[in-house]
Amino acid sequence: MSEPVDSAEAPLARGAVGPSSQSSSSQSSSSLLEVSDLRTWFPVRKGPLRRVVDHVKAVDDVSFQVERGRTLALVGESGSGKTTVGRSILRLVQPSAGSVRFDGVELLGLDERELRPFRKRIQMVFQDPTTSLNPRMRVLDLVAEGLDAFGLTKSRAERMDRVVEALEAVKLGSEHLRRFPHEFSGGQRQRLGIARALSVGPDLIVCDEAVSALDVSIQAQILNLLASLQERLGVAYLFITHDLSVVRHLAHRVAVMHQGKLVETAETEQLFRQPEHPYTARLLSAVLSIEPAPLAPHP
Amino acid sequence: MLEVSELTTSFPIAGRQVPIVDGVSFSLEQGKCLALVGESGSGKSMTALSLMRLVPRPGRISSGSVRLEGQELLGLTVPEMRAVRGRRIAMIFQEPMTCLNPVVRVGEQVVEAIRLHERVEREAAKRRTLELFDRVGIPEPGARYDYYPHQLSGGLKQRVMIAMALSTQPRILVADEPTTALDVTIQAQILELLNELRAEFSMAILLITHDLGVVSRMADEVAVLYTGRVVEQASAATLLARPEHPYTRGLLASLPSRHRPGEKLHEIPGVVPSPAHWPAGCRFATRCSEVFERCPTEVPRLLPLHPDQRAACFAREGRAE
Repeated sequence: MSEPVDSAEAPLARGAVGPSSQSSSSQSSSSLLEVSDLRTWFPVRKGPLRRVVDHVKAVDDVSFQVERGRTLALVGESGSGKTTVGRSILRLVQPSAGSVRFDGVELLGLDERELRPFRKRIQMVFQDPTTSLNPRMRVLDLVAEGLDAFGLTKSRAERMDRVVEALEAVKLGSEHLRRFPHEFSGGQRQRLGIARALSVGPDLIVCDEAVSALDVSIQAQILNLLASLQERLGVAYLFITHDLSVVRHLAHRVAVMHQGKLVETAETEQLFRQPEHPYTARLLSAVLSIEPAPLAPHP
Repeated sequence: MLEVSELTTSFPIAGRQVPIVDGVSFSLEQGKCLALVGESGSGKSMTALSLMRLVPRPGRISSGSVRLEGQELLGLTVPEMRAVRGRRIAMIFQEPMTCLNPVVRVGEQVVEAIRLHERVEREAAKRRTLELFDRVGIPEPGARYDYYPHQLSGGLKQRVMIAMALSTQPRILVADEPTTALDVTIQAQILELLNELRAEFSMAILLITHDLGVVSRMADEVAVLYTGRVVEQASAATLLARPEHPYTRGLLASLPSRHRPGEKLHEIPGVVPSPAHWPAGCRFATRCSEVFERCPTEVPRLLPLHPDQRAACFAREGRAE
């Protein structure tokens, strides 16, 4: 567990992995992330003057909150806009309107320089770890990339310590430091992706289909890992997925997206027990339950 | 109908021939669905490709037998095998775009497929294509006939693939992860369609999947593969309710849907070993919680434990009937 450190600019406690600002001075009672009326429209241009003739309303007036140390699942089918929401929060795409408040600070008005501390506190883990890991970098440098970018370590020894600590958090030993990504299995690569995110001590990790490409037995390992990291470090997750059995397992709250709009938000158990919106009901009924449930073993 | 026995397909790895498919046997009856289940690297797709005789180089089928309606397929000449493929066994894949030509209208592609196997007039083939499009649930078949693949959604492309596969009324449909790339609501529709067509065409389905939910919805029989070998085989109902092999048990136990929310998930320790590092005996021995002395060195045989269930495990052998 890290020492409470005020604000992102303050030097991090040595070896701090996990949220650096749980008791941040600014509005510690409010939600960690508050997204209100977020709108990300992509212009459709036509003709010789490239006039904007229409918009693809990828995200259309979406509002939700993520509480500190909790998990919100953002659920939807392909094209629902769930991934664009994740990217809009980090301004990897530029939202058209709305508000994204992180720890009380409005992110949408910030310029690149002002945004930098938040790029550290909000990290992302992607579906395909292979494409998000530079194949020519060794594990040590891959995991240290965030530390280096934000200048978080003062010496080589400290850098090494932080990397080893992040690797240990995802249950990878220091014997892997000199290896390249291709020497790892899919599950191990996803652990590396999580270690990279953890190394800078984020408060929020946006997991975009982070376990969707993994085999069942490996998926269980990664889900357990994510749960234990949250318990230990208090990190919050925005968990973007289409897999409802995973949602039910790890999310505290669920927000359901359909065609760019949020159709329903509820506590997880409430949503599964009693979906309010017809689309949610349709989504839930399409889940292939694995029948029959376990029976007594043969005599 | 389809009888696969002791099928072995090897690839040269690190200077020796490694059996990626290792003595796999199963049979598929008319109108039934058999699921080959496994994680990545289990050899399930390579098993399907082997029985279609589509093993990519430098792999080769080294032994075994594949009999379709009594006829041995492994001895056929290349042209004879080509006639079997498509006409008597058809295949659909996870990603329809691996089979659809992006610059040919989808209707024309189905017509071509029909005319490749049968001497029929273009008009007759087109009529049959439109009927098939209608049957597999493609709305406005007349208009969709002239679409290019990129103009169709993933679900509709998969329906085109199914129409193409059905166009020659095959006896067996090999479906390799047919719904893995689709959204859940579309997945449910496609599975239902496959189930209907199976009854209607009295066609058998060999389903390749990693998804036990799909197994539960589709399969009559299941063979669980691990590192190229069948470790357990049973009726779907029995396997999902009372798995015997420690690997199958672990797989089912690690599903989030079999836990209370937030409960720690069961984990199978470690990872699937790569073919170069397969243990000499039972290949699951390195991850198994019920290891006996002989497990790392001896290969367990697939033995019947119950009338409709067989498993390859020394820990279960004492109870074999």
